[in-house]
Amino acid sequence: MTIVCNGSKREVENRTLSDVLCELGYGQSMLATAVNGRFVPARHRDSILLGAGDAIEVVTPRQGG
Amino acid sequence: MKLYDATLSSRLILGTAQYPSPHVLSSAVQTAGAEIVTVSLRRESGGAREGEGFWSIIRRLGVRVLPNTAGCHSIKEAVTTAHMAREIFETSWIKLEVIGDSDLLQPDVFQLVEAARILNEDGFRVFPYTTDDLGVAERLLRVGCQVLMPLGAPIGSGRGLNNPFGLQAMRSRFSDVPLIIDAGIGLPSHAAQAMELGYDAILLNTAVAKAGDPINMAAAFAKAIEAGRIAYLSNPIEARDMAFPSTPLLGMPLLS
Repeated sequence: MTIVCNGSKREVENRTLSDVLCELGYGQSMLATAVNGRFVPARHRDSILLGAGDAIEVVTPRQGG
Repeated sequence: MKLYDATLSSRLILGTAQYPSPHVLSSAVQTAGAEIVTVSLRRESGGAREGEGFWSIIRRLGVRVLPNTAGCHSIKEAVTTAHMAREIFETSWIKLEVIGDSDLLQPDVFQLVEAARILNEDGFRVFPYTTDDLGVAERLLRVGCQVLMPLGAPIGSGRGLNNPFGLQAMRSRFSDVPLIIDAGIGLPSHAAQAMELGYDAILLNTAVAKAGDPINMAAAFAKAIEAGRIAYLSNPIEARDMAFPSTPLLGMPLLS
């Protein structure tokens, strides 16, 4: 199915957010996630099922002012 | 200085962006003696590990982090970003920015107050980036903020304190609330001026990071902030319009 990850369309085979993150190469990265604009805590990633067209945001620490 | 649950000795809070290298960033923070640095969250591509590299630098510094919601223009964006930051950085501190104007990066104070209310109710320790408007400040305190961070001038402008009168009025009105100047500082003298007004701390980034020598500029800011604080505690004299001789006239010989 096609989802949107950080603004780019991606084809993925998995359904849970955890598995999709692994499939996209995030592995054990230190990151935070949102699906369709809503924060998804790490403990809920296994139970969140993604559907076609869902938009996920994956963020990590960065420099800031 | 006490900010929420933390007691701090340094009154300089440094941003971590725009430094020429990670080494310069680390050295600037250490030279300044900063105990708090600001950080952000941004998108990362799978496998990039850029965020982890940056985070390992910050962890080695052993400082507290104050995550921001920089770039957010709505309550929803800011609140969601705050939740993400709390999970990643394992802190309830959040520098709350809700931008209203894209040219001057002024806060949208209406959305700011509502976002602050939501986050305070959810257990966050909110550091709101605000203006020197006393009514807005009152509302931020009413919804649970225990620190206020009025801007000195537009973010990154280096113009110093655009409205010293307003900032002084804010200091007078909220004498028991920690007040931090956030944004607009360009020179150590600007920081000293704010501290002389009685402000508790200065948050800055660009003035150090983009200086020709960021490490020495960090040192200069640390000294200026300390000097300004000591001056404030020393009860400065009032300015006067006319000259007043400092050398006594009594006992002056007649030589004309």
